[in-house]
Amino acid sequence: MAAGNRTWERPTVFPRRGVKWAVYAGIVGFFVWSGFGVGADPGRIAQGLGSAASLVGDFLPPTATPRQAQRILDKMLESVAMAMVSTLTGIVLSVPIAFMAAENLSPKPLYAINRGFISISRAFNAIIVGIIAVKAIGFGPLAGILTITFKTVGFFSKLLAEDIEDIDMGSVDAVRAVGASPLQTLLYGVVPQIIPRFAGLSVYRWDINIRTSTIIGIVGAGGIGSVLLTAFNRYDYQYVTAILLAIIAVVLVAEGVSAVVRRRYN
Amino acid sequence: MATEQRSWERFDRRRRISRFALLLIAGVTVIASWRFMDTGIVRPETIPREVGDLLTRMYPPDVAYTTQIVQPLIETIQIAALGTLGALVLAIPVALLAAENTTPNAATFWLGKFIVTTSRSVNTIIWALFFVVLFGSGPLAGAVAIVFRSVGFLGKLLGEEIEEIDFGQVEAVRASGASQAQVLLYGILPQVKPAVVGLSIYRWDINIRDSTVLGFVGAGGIGVELFRAVNAFAWQSVAMVLIVILGVVVVTESLSAYTRGLVR
Repeated sequence: MAAGNRTWERPTVFPRRGVKWAVYAGIVGFFVWSGFGVGADPGRIAQGLGSAASLVGDFLPPTATPRQAQRILDKMLESVAMAMVSTLTGIVLSVPIAFMAAENLSPKPLYAINRGFISISRAFNAIIVGIIAVKAIGFGPLAGILTITFKTVGFFSKLLAEDIEDIDMGSVDAVRAVGASPLQTLLYGVVPQIIPRFAGLSVYRWDINIRTSTIIGIVGAGGIGSVLLTAFNRYDYQYVTAILLAIIAVVLVAEGVSAVVRRRYN
Repeated sequence: MATEQRSWERFDRRRRISRFALLLIAGVTVIASWRFMDTGIVRPETIPREVGDLLTRMYPPDVAYTTQIVQPLIETIQIAALGTLGALVLAIPVALLAAENTTPNAATFWLGKFIVTTSRSVNTIIWALFFVVLFGSGPLAGAVAIVFRSVGFLGKLLGEEIEEIDFGQVEAVRASGASQAQVLLYGILPQVKPAVVGLSIYRWDINIRDSTVLGFVGAGGIGVELFRAVNAFAWQSVAMVLIVILGVVVVTESLSAYTRGLVR
């Protein structure tokens, strides 16, 4: 009896070797085609990066006259205020939607409608929502609040609904078994199980909302973004750098606060 | 003999007070924020009417417009793909710098952290503004903006993966006399390969969403068409573009979820 020649091959996700190479070839081909489509020839990239080197000088040092500094401060406060208000409105609207979008609590048609709404909210970038909000209700922070609220609802109710789907239905049944009404079941069976996640998610979304509110002004929806776009259009690059530094600082502070709070709750 | 009265409370006094104080601060902040913004012209109660009005103007979507948006849509997908590829190429060295166990020294570690943080704090649209200045308007600026935004994300998450690898394997490869490059190739890379694939696909998914708005600042893709239609008040065309974007994003998301399921 001949001893079988045993070879070892690394496990792979592809059922057959031919398929694997075909997939790889397809991906490479797609990237090459994309390169042509985007017009990414090395010469042009090198030229752009070359001019970047000289342009960096135009951006440095960051400068802002006292009036400009005051404007940065005002608009930055507006951004933060937009984020605060819309985090609250977004979360308040998310709670019922999350309950209706949880498979274990909600009837099928309601589930489908709410999941659909969540998908729509998540699919569109804040800038797109912002531009439509601005056209609908005019320039200013209210359009920003509307935009961020809409984006918050999609994000927040999706994650909250997933948490609700993961709860222990045993304790819900126990509450129901002692004769609680549907509302009481929700209040004493479901809510206590999701409160810690709820707090963590709120702070996380607040952090994201601060980031969004700093750029949404680019389409006229209030906040520091409008100042940034104007400065860019006026080729006032040193002022642009000052604004960017302010944005980065605020984003980092928000991220730090959010990380600290979430560590306490998780 | 009287039985002892025992009561149960969820929080002790100090925690109750601190919880109340936190809620109060949050409440005051929100109200102060609302007052600060002083949104004068439009009253909030008119919002439902305005939005409803907009929706009626969008219906029915202009189906004939679809032929015009196929090319920009393809461009969007190309920008996202190239941006992700470029970011991956740049993110691997950045991740090696930003991971505590592979970075050569403290200075390179902080360099890695600096790159990751800066890239992540600046939004794609701001990167795009910047690169439109450098490359002129067009999809190339968009693709480079996507690269610079994604490097931070991929570098951070890949760095965290690298910090969690089994260093015994790395030392085994090194002990057999491997060069630096070989240690990287046979000691580290195989351990993080599933994460590399999974994270790239995840980021590609995000990049598709991000690249739909690049056109607003002149960086190519379907955003150009959307912006044009919005400015022309061609709401039915806007509706069509939105539907197409929704379709692409939903397909991308399912594809991404499916593929990540395969490599996990």
